[in-house]
Amino acid sequence: MIKLPLEGVRVIDICVVWAGPFATRMLGDLGAEVIRVETLRHFPALTRGQTLFPPPALYNMFPNNDPGEKHWNRGAMFNGHGRNKKSCVIDLEHPKGKEVFRRLIQVSDVFIENNSAATMENLGLTYETMSSWNPRLIGVNNPAFGLTGPYKYYRGFGDLVEAAVGHHWVRGYPDDDHPYHNTSVFHMDATGGGSGALAIMAALHYRERTGKGQHIDMAGAESAMPQLAQPIMDYIMNGRVQRTLGNRDPVAAPQGVYRCRGEDRWAVISVTSDEEWAGLCRALGRPELVADPRYATLLARRQHHDELDALIEAWTLQYDHYAVMHILQREGVPAGPVMDGGDANHDPQLVSRGFFDVAHHPQAGTHLYPGALWKYSRTPITLRYPAPCLGEHNDYVFRELLGLEAEDIAALEQKQIIGGDTYVEYKKG
Amino acid sequence: MVDEYPGFGWAPYSAMLRRGPLELEGAPMEQPLSDLKILDFTHAIAGPYCTKLLADLGAEVVKIERPGIGDPARAMAPFLHDDPHPEKSGLFLHLNTNKRGVTLDLKTTSGQSLARTLAQEVDAVVESFRPGVMASLGLDYEALGRDNPRLVYASISNFGQTGPYRDYKATEIVIAAMGWEMYSCGQPDREPLKPGATVLQFQGGLIAAVATMGALTYARRTGQGQYVDVSLMETQAGTIDRRYQSLLRYQYSGEYTKRAVPGGMSIMPSGPYPCADGFVRFLTLPQWWPRLCEMLGQPQLASDPRFANRYNVEMKGEVDALVMAWCMERGKVKCATEAQSHGIPCLPVNTAEDLLKDPQIQERGFFVEVEHPVMGKTKLPGAPYKLKQSPWALRRPAPTLGQHNAEVLGALGYGPDDLVRLRGLGVI
Repeated sequence: MIKLPLEGVRVIDICVVWAGPFATRMLGDLGAEVIRVETLRHFPALTRGQTLFPPPALYNMFPNNDPGEKHWNRGAMFNGHGRNKKSCVIDLEHPKGKEVFRRLIQVSDVFIENNSAATMENLGLTYETMSSWNPRLIGVNNPAFGLTGPYKYYRGFGDLVEAAVGHHWVRGYPDDDHPYHNTSVFHMDATGGGSGALAIMAALHYRERTGKGQHIDMAGAESAMPQLAQPIMDYIMNGRVQRTLGNRDPVAAPQGVYRCRGEDRWAVISVTSDEEWAGLCRALGRPELVADPRYATLLARRQHHDELDALIEAWTLQYDHYAVMHILQREGVPAGPVMDGGDANHDPQLVSRGFFDVAHHPQAGTHLYPGALWKYSRTPITLRYPAPCLGEHNDYVFRELLGLEAEDIAALEQKQIIGGDTYVEYKKG
Repeated sequence: MVDEYPGFGWAPYSAMLRRGPLELEGAPMEQPLSDLKILDFTHAIAGPYCTKLLADLGAEVVKIERPGIGDPARAMAPFLHDDPHPEKSGLFLHLNTNKRGVTLDLKTTSGQSLARTLAQEVDAVVESFRPGVMASLGLDYEALGRDNPRLVYASISNFGQTGPYRDYKATEIVIAAMGWEMYSCGQPDREPLKPGATVLQFQGGLIAAVATMGALTYARRTGQGQYVDVSLMETQAGTIDRRYQSLLRYQYSGEYTKRAVPGGMSIMPSGPYPCADGFVRFLTLPQWWPRLCEMLGQPQLASDPRFANRYNVEMKGEVDALVMAWCMERGKVKCATEAQSHGIPCLPVNTAEDLLKDPQIQERGFFVEVEHPVMGKTKLPGAPYKLKQSPWALRRPAPTLGQHNAEVLGALGYGPDDLVRLRGLGVI
């Protein structure tokens, strides 16, 4: 009997940056055999690292601050989402490379890519072409705005598409030159990854019943918009254009982020009811405030939010950010520490639930990796193998899986059509 | 048009149980999940978004709500014409499309018994109560899985069903602080910032749907159900936006991401820039310098030795001045159009109003219209993906409170008199 939900499902992955790789990361976690098809002709910027020649400022992405001989196998950017995937190298721009790729598609179930819409067209690898090779194929194209419409060929990273779908407008400091100082967040990559994985599993479920594969046209923008329902529905229903509330909330008050003891330490507090307000007053050692009419109701607390913030911060400054959480949660008040990368790695909740997985990576060494996004009782998700080095599974794919003859492989390798493990430009230096 | 609400009269639940998949009048193609049935004990945002995603792909979802009050999301803004009314929440309307609604008081023995009977017929149960609540009602996985070994049972909670924070409370900002990369979001000299609206709870719901679908896939292939424990904190901590990278960087080098000014790494424009009528956002890589010079109409700068080292941030001010001057001569849409024609990723910072008027979003028919018995016709965000053979579809609006009591309980054999009795006892 199969041990994992997607055991026996083969996924061909031409994904870049974050959204597509996040989808295949979850499919790999669920047991699918995910094979990345990579090229040596172009360095996939922001995928296997930020850039082919990383400056010293980026060395902290590598184990021991050392990029090593082949940094693209050692970077934190790729090695997190690369788990449970394989890697082979095929030059899809060469007709003979395309022929090898055709054979790979013929023995696969799913194809997914999230390049700009022009990339796959220029390669001649549309779903129409690929499904003529394999009618049962489920194929996902996930460009920023989808495969139709005036923005079809626009290029956009998650950060930019979020701006375009209205997320940046409703975040940021409310007292600032809105939204001039917003730092990058990449929430669209998260929505795109989850949506891709879900759509693929739904299509697999459909194929199981009907035998039919299908094409999935997934716009990054459209995967993100349903998550912005409040500002969108407010405009649709009331014609209102919402602006950022910063860290405040339309109904919870007080709510904010408060400075704690220590350097750059913060805790969040969010009071959603009068009971929680009473709990906060107890924790602050100011039970008399419960009866104070200035703060008795939600609307009153919103009105006096600034003075409440000062009062709360005077208290939080005395405590460690974790202590603020524990004290307030004991009084029934939602609160938590703002965790930096170090805090999160040592957090008792994540650690006690076994969130981190150990991997022995041949070129990066042994480390803990962020693990499964959920827990299954019967088919637990594990890190079966670490992120693949570039071309690590060339032999497996060409010889074992496709059954190519040794001399054919050698001939194609010699012409640099398949195989290899180092970027062309990197060899030149 | 499959993306439009066809307005058919739907088949009774009993007929659905007999026939299997519901045959939809006006829906031209079978949906991918139309053979799946889900019993939904979720409320607020994350849980209902999870079951909405599955319902929108065809699953038959029966949503259980508390009699009289219903899902707290009914009390969440925005409301139609700013009128707070349990049937006028735009958020609830969006989160509960394609579901049937039944009211059940789960604190009563009769309510629990009805819930157990309903659970025997379904492929999955999804719930989002505090850990321990479903067990106290006799509705936990142990109880419901006993007679239904194929059952997938997903629990969505703030921190998971185990661990020292199991019973801790959370809201969006707490999830942002503890699961998400809030620490490095914002200006270096100011406080960390949460993301906008409640996107993390939505994202938690999306990941819960992936998790549930994975378990349903396993159940379909093996006949074995299982328990799924979804922690909203972990749905963020393992996610791609920046969190996992910050976590892993710490493992690799002991360093992690801190709050920083956008685009501070190189001379290339990255982050928000003001333009003639608002803002645009760039994200550009050092190797694209020649393209940028073309865009700026100053191709000679491509070979200017002063900019040869794209990581020499001392030159950033000069580049920014050029980019800002270029942007200020154009509106945000024109900036994006021209930059994109040079292969430079640049997009407008849009408001919700811009979205509704955007030609791309209009041409792809993203927004759909629904007819609701109380709200009338209104637009809603539509499909996150276009599955060409078995599409996303809006078959029915969110249920009014208890709308399908007679239909769903009728299928269990409860006649009109029984329903009066149950209502009188406050069970439904």
